[in-house]
Amino acid sequence: MKKQKQDNPFNLLPEEIIFIILDLLNRNSLAIKSFSLVCKSFYAVESKHRCSLKPLRQERFPALLSRYPNITHLDLTLCSRVSDASLSLVSHSCASSLRSIDFSRTRLFSTYGLLGLALNCKNIVEIDLSNATELKDSAMAAVAEAKNLEKLSLARCKSITDMGVGCVAVGCRKLRFICLKWCFGVGDLGIGLLAVKCKHLCFLNLSYLPITNKCLSSISKLQHLEELVLEGCFGIEDDSLAVLKHGCNSLKSLDVSTCQNISHNGLPSLINGALGLRQLTLAHGSPVTSSLADCLRKHSMLQSVKLDGCLVTDDGLKTIGNWCASLRELSLSKCSGVTDEGLSSVVTKHRDLRKLDITCCRKITDASIASITNSCKSLTSLRVESCTLVTREAFVLIGQRCHLLEELDLTDNEVDDKGLNYISRCSELSSLKLGICLNITDEGLIHIGKGCSKLVELDLYRSEEITDSAILAIAQGCPGLEMINIAYCKYITDRSLLSLSKCPQLKMLESRGCSLITSLGLKAVAVGCKELTKLDIKKCHNIDDAGMLPLARFSQNLRQINLSHSSVTDIGLLSLASISCLQNMTILHLKGLTPAGLAAVLLACGGLTKVKLQATFRWLLPLRLVQYLESRGCMFQWKDKVLQEKLDPKSWKLQLEDLMA
Amino acid sequence: MDLKDKVPRHASFTQHQQKWEDPSILDYSRRIESPFLAFNQTHTSQIKVPVQHGVVNELVQASKVQDWDPSAMLDNLSFLEQKIHQLQDLVHLIIGRKGQVLGRPDELVVQQQQLVTADLTSIIVQLISTAGSLLPSGKHTLSAATPSLEQSGQFGGVVFPSAQGLNDGFQPQNAGGCKVSGLPNSVDISRKNGNEQNHIIEEHELKDEEDVEEGESLIPGTYEILQLEKEEILAPHTHFCTICGKGFKRDANLRMHMRGHGDEYKTPGALAKPNKESGSEPTIIKRYSCPYTGCKRNKDHKKFQPLKTILCVKNHYKRTHCDKSYICSRCNTKKFSVIADLKTHEKHCGKDKWLCSCGTTFSRKDKLFGHIALFQGHTPAIPLEEAKAPAGPSDQGDSNHAANKVGSMNFNFSSNVSSESEVQSSMDIKGNVDDPAGYFSPLSFDTCNFGGFHEFPRPPFDDSESNLAFLLSGSCNYPHTSGED
Repeated sequence: MKKQKQDNPFNLLPEEIIFIILDLLNRNSLAIKSFSLVCKSFYAVESKHRCSLKPLRQERFPALLSRYPNITHLDLTLCSRVSDASLSLVSHSCASSLRSIDFSRTRLFSTYGLLGLALNCKNIVEIDLSNATELKDSAMAAVAEAKNLEKLSLARCKSITDMGVGCVAVGCRKLRFICLKWCFGVGDLGIGLLAVKCKHLCFLNLSYLPITNKCLSSISKLQHLEELVLEGCFGIEDDSLAVLKHGCNSLKSLDVSTCQNISHNGLPSLINGALGLRQLTLAHGSPVTSSLADCLRKHSMLQSVKLDGCLVTDDGLKTIGNWCASLRELSLSKCSGVTDEGLSSVVTKHRDLRKLDITCCRKITDASIASITNSCKSLTSLRVESCTLVTREAFVLIGQRCHLLEELDLTDNEVDDKGLNYISRCSELSSLKLGICLNITDEGLIHIGKGCSKLVELDLYRSEEITDSAILAIAQGCPGLEMINIAYCKYITDRSLLSLSKCPQLKMLESRGCSLITSLGLKAVAVGCKELTKLDIKKCHNIDDAGMLPLARFSQNLRQINLSHSSVTDIGLLSLASISCLQNMTILHLKGLTPAGLAAVLLACGGLTKVKLQATFRWLLPLRLVQYLESRGCMFQWKDKVLQEKLDPKSWKLQLEDLMA
Repeated sequence: MDLKDKVPRHASFTQHQQKWEDPSILDYSRRIESPFLAFNQTHTSQIKVPVQHGVVNELVQASKVQDWDPSAMLDNLSFLEQKIHQLQDLVHLIIGRKGQVLGRPDELVVQQQQLVTADLTSIIVQLISTAGSLLPSGKHTLSAATPSLEQSGQFGGVVFPSAQGLNDGFQPQNAGGCKVSGLPNSVDISRKNGNEQNHIIEEHELKDEEDVEEGESLIPGTYEILQLEKEEILAPHTHFCTICGKGFKRDANLRMHMRGHGDEYKTPGALAKPNKESGSEPTIIKRYSCPYTGCKRNKDHKKFQPLKTILCVKNHYKRTHCDKSYICSRCNTKKFSVIADLKTHEKHCGKDKWLCSCGTTFSRKDKLFGHIALFQGHTPAIPLEEAKAPAGPSDQGDSNHAANKVGSMNFNFSSNVSSESEVQSSMDIKGNVDDPAGYFSPLSFDTCNFGGFHEFPRPPFDDSESNLAFLLSGSCNYPHTSGED
C-alpha cells in the first residue's frame, strides 16, 4: 500500500500544483470527471479544488454540498425548483465560502430562503434573481441583509416596487452592479434612493422602467457610474434632460435604445460631460440625422455605436464619418435609409472598424462592399444578412481583403462557390452563416473545410444544394466544430452524420427535414459526439427507436431534443429517461406515441422542465399526472398546429418574399 | 334657578343664551307670572306684556339699524324715554297696589325692588351704549377700558381689560344682571347677543373643522376672552328651539324647524341668515379660553394662547382633556375623541401606509423616501401582509388584519429596531429580534415542518402554485411558532 503511494508522482506534488493542473483542465468537464475518478486522493483533491457548481436538481444538494466544501459560485439555472429547505442547506454548508449564486431560472424559493442565505453567507457578493416574477418587496428586504453584495440582477422581478429597491439601497451599500430591467413597479423614488445610498454603483440597468428625469439628476451625481442602460425608458424626454447640465462624467457606456423621446436636443445633456464615453446604443430611437450625429463629434474615446433599427440619413452617416473618434464597432442592422454613399463615407473614415453589422440594409450594392473591404481590412466580424442587391461578385472581395474575419454572416445572399473559395482564405473564421444561400454547392464548402480549420459554428439552413461530401470536408477540416445546422438540406444522408461523428466537440446538431438520415447515422453521432447537448431531428421520418437507444446510452449531456414528425415510439422515448440532463423535449406529431406510453415517459424523465406536446394529449393524460409533473417543475406547452405541406427551399423563399412585399 | 349657576359669565355661550332667551321671550307671561302673580293678581301685568313684546320687536329692528345712524340714535333715545315712562308706570302701580296686597310683604318688597333695579339698570346700559356710539373709534377702547356692569350687560360678555383680578368681583354683578332677564329690554339685548353668537357658531361649523393654529400674536387685553364650561363644550347641540326645546347643530336647521311653529317664522326675514351687523357694529376680537386649569389654552396660564373660535374650543377640549372614545374600526388601534378626526383617519387607515424601520409612518411614499434618504440606517419597512401568498389561507380575522398592516416585515436588527416596539409588538417577531440567526436556523424550520418540505408534503398531485402558497403561508406563521418559546 505504502509502496503504491510512492509510485504515484502526484503524491509528491503539493496541492497547489495539482490545483493549477486542474485549472488547466477546467475547460473540459469530462476531463475533470475522469480525473476525480482515478483514485481516492484525486477525488479528494478535486473536491477541494472545485469552486463552481451547476447542479441539476435540488435532490442532489446534500450529497453535492458535502462533497464540495469550497464552492464559491453556485449556478442554479438548471434547477427549475429550489425550495427554501434546500436553500437553507446551501446557506449552511457554504456559509463562508459562497460568493456568488445564480437563481435566474429557478423558482419556488421564497423570502425566508433568501433571508437565510443573506444572513448566513456573509461573503456573498453576487446574486442573480432574474425572472423571479413572484418575489415581492419582502424578498428584497431579505436580500438587503447581504451587506457585502456588489452585484444584483433583478431583471423581470415584476412584483417588486420602490419599497423593495429602497431596502436594497439601504442594506447593500457596496452595490456596484444592479440590473432592474422590466421591474415595472420601480420608479423614480426607488432609483433616486438607490443613487443616493449606493455611491459605488458602476453599472445600472433601468430598461423599461417608468422613470423620468427626477431620478436622472441623482444618477448623474454617481461618481463611478460607467455603464447606464436606459432602454425603453419612455418617460425620459428631451425637455427634462435639458435640466441635467453635465450628465454622468464617468460614463463609459450608454444605452438609450427605444427611447423615442430622446433626440439631438436631449442627448447632449446626458453625455456632454462624459468624455470617456466608449459605447453608445441608440437603437430604435429617433432618426440619425446630422444634428444627432453632431452631438458625438467630440467624444474621442468612442469605440462602439449601435444604431439598429433607426432611420439613418446620408447626412447623418457623413457626420459620423467626421467624428474625431475612430470607431471599432458599428451596427446599422435594419437601418432604413442606409445607401452606398452614406455607408462609404463612414467606412472610409473609420478604417479601424473591427465589427460591422449591415443586416437588412437592402439599398446597398456591390459598391458598399467594395468600399468596406477596401477601407476596413481589419474587420473581424461582418454581418451582411439579406443585402439582396449585393451580387455574387462582391463576396469575392470579402475573401480577398478581410483576412482577419472571425465571424461572417452571409445568410440569404447571392454568394456562390467562387465567393466561398475566396472566403476560405479567412483562416481565423470561427462562425460562418450560409443559410438560404441557394447558389452554393459542395465545391465552395470543400474550400471552406480546407481553409477554415478554426470553424466552430456553421449554418447551412436551407442551402439545398449541399450534399454529404461538403459535410465530410467540413468535418474533416474543422475538428473543433461545435454547432452545425443542416436543416432542410434534402440530399444529406447518414454519411454526413457519420462524418460529423468525428467532431468530438459537437454540441448542437440541427438536421430538420433531412428525410434521408436514419437511426444508423444518429447512432454514429451519439457514439462520437459525447458533448451533444442539443439535437433537433424534426421531420427526420426515418429515425425511429433504434436511434434513441444509442442516444440514451451515450449522449449523457443531452439537454434538449426535438423529435416531432419522426418515427420514434413510446419505447424509444422511454429509453431517453436514462439521460439525467434531459430537460427540454418537443414531441409533436409522433404517430407511435400513446397516452399511456407518454405518461410513462413523462414520469420516468425526472428532470424535464419543458415539454411541447400536441393539444390532444392534454385530455388524454390524467389531469392529476399533469398536475404532479407541473409541481415537479415541468412546464407544458400544448400545440395545436396543423401539419404543414412540405416546401422546397426555392418556393419557400418565394413565399417569404411575397409575404414581405 | 339654573340661570344663576350656569351663567357666571354672561353671554359667552349660545346654548345658554338660548335657554335664557327661551323662557324670557316666548314664555314671558308664564315666567313673569311667578314674581308677579305673587303680589298682584290683576291682569295689568299681563296686559303689559304684549305691549312690551311689541317694543321688544321694535327694539330688535332698531338695534339692527346701527348706532352710528342719527335716526337710530333718535330711536334709542325715544326708546329710553318710553322705558322711563314704563318704569314710572310700574312704580305708580306698586304704590297703588301697596295697600291691597298684604300677604307676604317682605318678599313682595324684594321682588319689587329687583324689578325696578333691573329696569333702571337696563336703562342705564342703553344710555351708556347710546352715548358710547357717539365717540368715534373710541367704542372699542371704551368698552375695554371701563369694565362695568353696564357694559357686560350690553355686550353680553366678560371683559378683561388688563387686570385679571377684576374677574372675581365681577361675577356676582354679572349674575345679578342675569336676573334681570325677566324684563323685556334686557331680554332684547340678550337676544341680540344671542343672534350674534348663533351667527358666529354657524359660521364656524360651516368652515372646515381644522383647529386654528397658534402663532397669532394678539396683545393681551386687546381682545375679549370668553370661557365656556365643560358641560357647554361637550353639549351636542348648540341651537335650541325656543318653543319645543329641540336642539340643532346648525342655526339654519333650527330656522327650518321653526317654520313648523307658525306662519310668523315663515317670513323671508325669519328664514334669512341673520346678517352680520355689517361693519358698523364694533367687531370686538373674541378669543376663547379653555376651562381646564393648567392648560396652556386656559386664561390663567402664564403663556396663555387663546383659541380662536368656539369650534376650536370644542375640538381642543375634546382632544386634550377627554377620553378618546372613538376607535377606528379598521385598525382597532387608533383612538380619537373628535369624531371628525376618526373620519379623517378612516379615510386613510390601511391604505397609503408608508412605514419606515424607525416606526414612523408616512401618508406619502415620496415623504418616506425623503426621510430614508436623509437618515442613515433607516430602511423602508415592508408590511408583513406582502409576504403572504395571495392564495394563502384567510385565517386572519379583521383584528389580525390590522396588526398585519402595522406589523412590519423588518429585517433590520440594528439598534433602532428596539425603539419600534410599538410597531413590532403586534407581531411575535419581537421576541426573536435578538437572535436573527437562530430565528432562521434549519432547526427552527424543522419545528415548522419545513424540513420535509422538499418532498412536497401535500398530496402528490398538487399544482405548483398551491404548493407555493402553502410554503408562503407556512412561512408566515413561522414567526408565531418560534415566538412562543
